[in-house]
Amino acid sequence: MTRTLLTGNGAAAWGARLAKIDYVPAFPITPQTEIIETIAGWIENREFKSRLVTLDSEHSMVTAAGAAASTGVRVFFATSSQGLLYGMEMLYTIAGWRAPLVMVNVSRGLSAPITLEPDHNDVLAARDCGFLQIHCSTCQEVLDSVLIAYRLAEDARVRLPVLVNLDGFYLSFTREPVTIPDQVLVDRFLPPYDPENIAFRAHAPMSQGTAVLGGSAYSYFRYQMHLAANKALTVYDEVAHDFAAIFGRCHEAVECYRCDDADYLFVMMDSFATKAREAVDQLRENGLAIGLLRPRLLRPFPSDHLREALAGKRAVAVIDQNLSIGHGGILYMELAAALAGGRRREMPLLVSFVGGLGGREISSEEFFEMAEVLQQAVRDGHPPEPRLLFTEAELREVRKQQDVARAHRQQQGGEG
Amino acid sequence: MSEIQNLRDLPATHLLGTGTPMCAGCGGLAALHEVYDILGTRTVFVNAAGCMTLLAVYPFTPFRGSWLYTAMAAAPAGAQGVRDALDILRAQGKIATDEDLQVVVLTGDGSAYGMGLNATSGAMDRDLDFIYLCYDNEGYGNTGQQYSSATPHGARTATSQGTRGYPGFKKDLFAIWAAHRPPYLATVISSEPLDLARKIEWAKDIRGPRLIIAMAPCPTGWEFDPAETVAIGKLAVETGIWPLKEYRDGKVVHTKIVRQRLPVEEYLRRQGRFAHLFHPHRQEDLLAEMQQRVDRYWRQVEEAE
Repeated sequence: MTRTLLTGNGAAAWGARLAKIDYVPAFPITPQTEIIETIAGWIENREFKSRLVTLDSEHSMVTAAGAAASTGVRVFFATSSQGLLYGMEMLYTIAGWRAPLVMVNVSRGLSAPITLEPDHNDVLAARDCGFLQIHCSTCQEVLDSVLIAYRLAEDARVRLPVLVNLDGFYLSFTREPVTIPDQVLVDRFLPPYDPENIAFRAHAPMSQGTAVLGGSAYSYFRYQMHLAANKALTVYDEVAHDFAAIFGRCHEAVECYRCDDADYLFVMMDSFATKAREAVDQLRENGLAIGLLRPRLLRPFPSDHLREALAGKRAVAVIDQNLSIGHGGILYMELAAALAGGRRREMPLLVSFVGGLGGREISSEEFFEMAEVLQQAVRDGHPPEPRLLFTEAELREVRKQQDVARAHRQQQGGEG
Repeated sequence: MSEIQNLRDLPATHLLGTGTPMCAGCGGLAALHEVYDILGTRTVFVNAAGCMTLLAVYPFTPFRGSWLYTAMAAAPAGAQGVRDALDILRAQGKIATDEDLQVVVLTGDGSAYGMGLNATSGAMDRDLDFIYLCYDNEGYGNTGQQYSSATPHGARTATSQGTRGYPGFKKDLFAIWAAHRPPYLATVISSEPLDLARKIEWAKDIRGPRLIIAMAPCPTGWEFDPAETVAIGKLAVETGIWPLKEYRDGKVVHTKIVRQRLPVEEYLRRQGRFAHLFHPHRQEDLLAEMQQRVDRYWRQVEEAE
């Protein structure tokens, strides 16, 4: 066991190394690139035996990854943002092949406008593709989640690919103390990949990804994926339990921070949840019974865990670092659906906030304000309209940029 | 020297199953039959979206070996993943040599000339050990023969219905591939089975990217009677429209040079897709232009010899 400072990208690479991955199809994209550079460096220095191949695009990378996993080796790959979307066709495809591999997505806002810092529209675009999703808030969690992801993906009851998400910049380039577990312990937790019947071999011909005609066969195979994903809820709990027993770190499907006696909750995913956690501590000091609920597992969606955690609370702020244009926050919708689908116990008011797009800061003051809005919602007996977080100061800053752009255009002789 | 000297040397056992949903008289399927007989069943065919995607429809396949359908742009990348994984497993001693497979990409011209060209270029950059078989029916055949970048000048397609047909020119994919300097390239056609078999026989045992374009006369897309497939194919060669050639050791060699080429008209007038060149009146300028282009090509070949 070594405790050292690692970036989120470094932690992801260490997770892959400890999982003894056989194959890494790669394609560079900011802010993910450090992951493949790290692995490539280890391979070149003969510190680690694996095979890294740079493909011609993410579309090709995802295809090669799925094809290799379907031939029977342990596969890892990483991407971000535009790359994830460029490979999207193949994410659906290789999930349909039931290729049990692990990918890391380093979240970054989507074009246009093109930008670098994180939000979750990239990873949530992959929500329905058949990849399971684990979302991380610390670098340690990134390393641990990659190991957990292989156990989950390769479990005979699941056999689906798993995506591990970390936020660009906030985790990818931020050094945190990380415990690198001993290989012996990792080997005990994660046995070598047994592809069983998933392989192309001369003496056992196989057809994979074949066409089906008609809706019945198509529905059957898609339902199979869905049922396997649902089974992954139970399997996840088992795997997390094993992980805690071996490594002493507990990564539950849903993290509940100071939730038990809370009247109010923030619900957030990924690294910005650590900001909410800080705010919870400060609000608690001021006497407000508030907690933080952080789903780590987004697919399968842990509806039961969430319903249980929300029962009896008065009001909940769902803070989405994403925006479904024309509808609103995606986690808010998912949570609302989970609550609507459960037995009608005493369920809280849900209040929707959207913030943190393109890495926009969410300040302590904004968390305090959101807590105020929750209390007001309870007093009013109904939730307010969803809010898009944006301050007067920011608006002034953007107006200034618009003035500069306009002045420049006028100088060029264009219209004002 | 190839062991295949004459038609009697061609394999007597045919490996590809019958009863596929390809059209009657499909020149692409005929080429695949001939190729599969040479390559054998220790193969995995990695397919891109196109007519031949319908070869393997659950739960049936005409292949005795393996099959992987990927997507329209990605077949060479699928081949990369399979090849790399097999190499890894062999190096780890997890599979025996006789469990190894020849990885064969199978796509139409829509993928090969267009959407899949980037992935193919990448596979050649990486010196991927694979065979690429493109069946070129000169249009997006599976969707009803819209023009692709393999469509010849003047051909009528579902998206070039005017009196002068397709305004563009057939892309020289062979030259694009050759610019990557792979170990082996060839053009073939099913109506010349001996030439085809020799080339596949040769390609089979080389390492690295080996790419084959099979011109695929297409009764439904080119509008001719399915019984004419072989005749059309022979005319494509005898008029000089489809040069049979190889690229080996950095040099292009023509494997069949027709000294007395037939006029291109002989080829064109038997296909509905060129009917507008002859009816209601002959479009002399277009016909002359097509003939000149073929003549110019062969003049350059003869000068280079």
